[in-house]
Amino acid sequence: MSYIGSSVKRVEDKRFITGQGRYTDDIVLPQMTYACMVRSPHAHAEIVSVDIAHAEKMDGVVKIFTGKDTDAAGIGGVPCGWQVDFKNGDTMKEPPHPLLVSDKARHVGDAIAMVIADTYAQAKDAAEMVTVEYNVLPAVTNSKVARADGAPQVHADVPNNLAFDWELGNPRAEVDAAIAGAHHVTTLEFINQRVICNAIEPRSAIGHFDTAYDKYTLYTSTQNPHLIRLLLCAFVLGLPEHKVRVVGPDVGGGFGSKIFHYTEEALVVWGSNQIKRPIKWTAERSESFVTDAAGRDHITTAKMAFDKDGNILALSADTLANMGAYLSTFAPAVPTWLHGTLLQGLYTTPLINVSIDAVFTNTTAVDAYRGAGRPEATYLLERLMDTAALEMGRDPAELRLQNFIEPFDGVEEEGYVTQVALQYDSGNYGPVLKRGLEMVGYEQFRADQKAAEGTGKLLGIGFSTYIEACGIAPSAVVGALGARAGLFESAQVQVHPTGKVSVFSGSHSHGQGHETSFAQVVADKMGIPMEDVEIIHGDSDAVAFGMGTYGSRSLAVGGSAIVKSIEKVLEKGAKIAAHLLEASVDDLDYAEGKWTVRGTDKSVGFGDVSLTAYVPHNYPEGLEPGLDFSSFYDPANFTYPFGCHICIVEIDKETGVVKVKRFIAVDDVGNVINPMIVDGQIHGGLAQGIGQAFCEGAVYDESGQLVNGTYMDYVMPRADDLPSFEIDRTVTPCPHNPLGVKGAGEAGTIGSTPAVVNAVMDALKGYGIHDVEMPVTSQKVWNIIHG
Amino acid sequence: MVPSKFAYHKPTTLKEAIDLLSTHGDDSKILSGGHSLVPVLKLRLNDPEHIIDVSGVASMGGIKDNEKSITIGANSTHAEIANNAALKEHAPMIAIAASMIGDIQVRNFGTIGGSIAHADPAADWPAVLLAADANVVISGANGNRTVDIDQFFKGLFMTAVGEEEIITAISIPKSAFNKNSTYVKFAQPASRFALVGCAVAVANADGYVTEARVAFNGVSATPFRDGNVEKSLKGSVLNGDAIATATASVADGVSIMSDHFAAENYRKHMAGVYARKALSALA
Amino acid sequence: MKVPVSITVNGKQYDKMVEPRMLLVYFIREELALTGTHIGCDTSSCGACTVHLDGKALKSCSMLAVQASGKSVTTIEGMASGENLHPLQEGFHMEHGLQCGFCTPGMIMCAADMLKNNPNPTEEEIRHGLEGNFCRCTGYHNIVKSIQYAANKMQESA
Repeated sequence: MSYIGSSVKRVEDKRFITGQGRYTDDIVLPQMTYACMVRSPHAHAEIVSVDIAHAEKMDGVVKIFTGKDTDAAGIGGVPCGWQVDFKNGDTMKEPPHPLLVSDKARHVGDAIAMVIADTYAQAKDAAEMVTVEYNVLPAVTNSKVARADGAPQVHADVPNNLAFDWELGNPRAEVDAAIAGAHHVTTLEFINQRVICNAIEPRSAIGHFDTAYDKYTLYTSTQNPHLIRLLLCAFVLGLPEHKVRVVGPDVGGGFGSKIFHYTEEALVVWGSNQIKRPIKWTAERSESFVTDAAGRDHITTAKMAFDKDGNILALSADTLANMGAYLSTFAPAVPTWLHGTLLQGLYTTPLINVSIDAVFTNTTAVDAYRGAGRPEATYLLERLMDTAALEMGRDPAELRLQNFIEPFDGVEEEGYVTQVALQYDSGNYGPVLKRGLEMVGYEQFRADQKAAEGTGKLLGIGFSTYIEACGIAPSAVVGALGARAGLFESAQVQVHPTGKVSVFSGSHSHGQGHETSFAQVVADKMGIPMEDVEIIHGDSDAVAFGMGTYGSRSLAVGGSAIVKSIEKVLEKGAKIAAHLLEASVDDLDYAEGKWTVRGTDKSVGFGDVSLTAYVPHNYPEGLEPGLDFSSFYDPANFTYPFGCHICIVEIDKETGVVKVKRFIAVDDVGNVINPMIVDGQIHGGLAQGIGQAFCEGAVYDESGQLVNGTYMDYVMPRADDLPSFEIDRTVTPCPHNPLGVKGAGEAGTIGSTPAVVNAVMDALKGYGIHDVEMPVTSQKVWNIIHG
Repeated sequence: MVPSKFAYHKPTTLKEAIDLLSTHGDDSKILSGGHSLVPVLKLRLNDPEHIIDVSGVASMGGIKDNEKSITIGANSTHAEIANNAALKEHAPMIAIAASMIGDIQVRNFGTIGGSIAHADPAADWPAVLLAADANVVISGANGNRTVDIDQFFKGLFMTAVGEEEIITAISIPKSAFNKNSTYVKFAQPASRFALVGCAVAVANADGYVTEARVAFNGVSATPFRDGNVEKSLKGSVLNGDAIATATASVADGVSIMSDHFAAENYRKHMAGVYARKALSALA
Repeated sequence: MKVPVSITVNGKQYDKMVEPRMLLVYFIREELALTGTHIGCDTSSCGACTVHLDGKALKSCSMLAVQASGKSVTTIEGMASGENLHPLQEGFHMEHGLQCGFCTPGMIMCAADMLKNNPNPTEEEIRHGLEGNFCRCTGYHNIVKSIQYAANKMQESA
């Protein structure tokens, strides 16, 4: 029996395909009320007055809270969970992020009042009648503009809107000198535009204060219930943690946007105690667009220097990272420790320096979006590589192969130490590119490309070979880097007397299929049928602790915690078995659900041992009853998946329309537990990465309005915008976790974006351009062709 | 996503519907499939006090194949129109346009009457109806009147329908040009409304174009026919050269819309490209 | 002022008093507690709320409950017959056509209409037929395969 490595169909599917999934907005509690937020329509405006007198008296209205109420309650706002210091050592600027603003609104969508009524329709009606008088101020949405003298100040005490500056790598002077003396230097200035995460389930939260137990429950669409509880209790509301339960039930996609602790979560929890009734808030999509933390939004200048043979000599990067109006939970980590540290890429670049300015603007906060920093780093490197190849007349695939780090397994050979603070675990980079070239039929493509010349179509091919740091951990390291939380994971394996197993995991599944892949691991390691295993997650009252799911960490960290607990279960089980078999533990083998005395046919099954553990009549002396273990797994390092993405585009010269004709992805995510699920993760990641390249992107007008804040204007990739994907993988196991897994959730997004843009640039190489801004719309391409 | 409060009326006859309109006047809105109106209501972009649901008015439904025309009841859904055999035969562009509107779900319940009453300049109907020389039957307290489609669209979200009137039918002539017609669309990638929609209908005799009708939506705030293109085609043999000549300056003199999907110059260019595509399909 | 509606949902008739402004999707979710029909947007774009009205796919956020009075609605909860999954439900399971599951009911309801009118669609036709439905998890790759699976299965048993 081997579940690991097999495409077991998902056990969670049944409830979803029959309409029985239970998402936060599906939950109805007795006496529940509904909240509707009054939000600022202005990007930057002083709040002169808020008049709720009329709205308060409307049908069904239970209560209206404004910023005055939260101020009076002494609630400071939601905190930032990651501290980055200025280059000079000063602590980053961390202005408060109030639950309801009372002085001024700093982005469109900033909440000013929460209207609570018996029905949502009533709350909505009353919210419309709350009168807010604004003094509208000039707004700034672009991080470059925001840094200029005289730009609007988002926070009075943050001069020039600089939240912090930061640098990493070799001394800048050394890097600059190497660049100055190089044979060839490729320079790119580009925008990695803001994208909106757009999980299809809008965020939702229900706060419930149970007066019978003086206990709060928060149901929320979150990727990490325990972390929300910690922030809520320790930083926002000062509640006793043991009196707060946070449940992340079925969650309809996260992609990063549901990691963070949002103001609405704290508001419904606090409000429910004020009114002694549960409060539900569910975002309308238009609200999601202006309140969900967004992704990317970098403006970068980067230089890569080469010697005459095409060897990379140095890299410098200067990035303005738009933080939005407030520092979201993990925002400071994204452009820094999740971006700057990845600029080694797969290459042997001996000198690297990266410098970041993190900037406040009058926009919705920016934080981790699928990949979080690593897509931006990959975009930077891989756009440089293809551009450099073109400038130097080199083949982009060969230029990469030449500069790849040599293979290392992290066991016999040391992990690779980068110039930017990381040590890669294991890697073998040539094969992914070579396999990609094989799949795409590279020589044939170049022939087709040539044949297309003179027709109305342009063909282009783009490459991207990436590395990512996943399985975000270990705690000591992230702590040194500014994390205000640990980044381990916990798991409890509870064996029932009948031999059935409940596993309580601190990871949280919102589409990743943990209920299946974790159960595969448990069933295999314990030698029992998968049907006998239940994975429980997402409820802080059921699961002792958890750090949640993001950064492709669930299997690498959370799965490893489960394995540790299983080891403890089997170790104790062996003692019980040895007692029952009247043998020594050392003489027992465990396989296929039973302990056997080596060299004999004497054995005892897992079920008998479990029962004995709970009915310890005939039992080893001094051994505690029960078979139930918890573990906290704090890994030794990040994991480092890598891969090669190749895109082929076809451009219609007359219209500028870009069609992604083929997309090839060869990823190495270490060992694979469930290939079907991993493939699915790759597919979804690719769609998001490709989406950023050719259609997605927030557009603001001068007043700070999000121009494309609905699905009628924001271009989400649809089924007919995308090809079927051609994917394959290599396997380089992670040397430092028990499963050898690296993580697959973000790979597709991290690698794919530059491959698309590089393909467009390859197709347009006859037009003398240096860059094309994302999203690569037909209008932009037409402008280039007909410019 | 909750409309403001309103009263709901569901007349079963046209007279009843018109009486309700007369009573409630500009406080009311007509609803048929609701696929233009409900989206507006739920975002509270409009908050009428009365909704008059005419979907139960039997005389406003059905597609009738008459001797010289085809009458499309205003309550006909896009899907009904897309699949109608008479329209496919006598005015294929009407069926083609219907099949390109929205998505499966929207086509199942959205109606032609509701769509043209809404008069979104980027909707698909205006160009084909202009090219088809359609007539819009409008009913009011004083009976029916027929408005030539050229006089129907008055501007952004504005039509010739009076406050107390209802669109009851659209009539498509069985003409030689309608029989030889098509519609193409360059869709706005998010909404899939038209950045450029072009309908062409061309009558030939003895190999020469006797009448050409070329109309656009999405390009300008008001859908329009391009007289220059039509004139240029008339009398020519519809071939590549004639098409190229006729479409060299599409939408000249027209005020062209601009947004972050398509600036004015690009839209104008694409209007030409799509006119060529459409005409080439008939050549 | 509330008005009476009588709507048959998954074969059962419900007579309720509702505000005329109540959207059909809220009627289904809140009056009937059938929460398999989801709300993913407010512009009739995402398709998560797709149900069948008199057998045809409808975005239930784009219709008032009163408009559906006297008519028959099928939701995702009504697709299986007893323990027997609809071929589309089976297809989504077998081909891993869902991850978070939020768009899935709408995808299945839309695809059911698509297959009714085109029992043997090409990949291109499937992709085009899904233009009214968003998925953010799967990249649509396996959704296409799921619908192909169902089409094959339905053809075999037809």
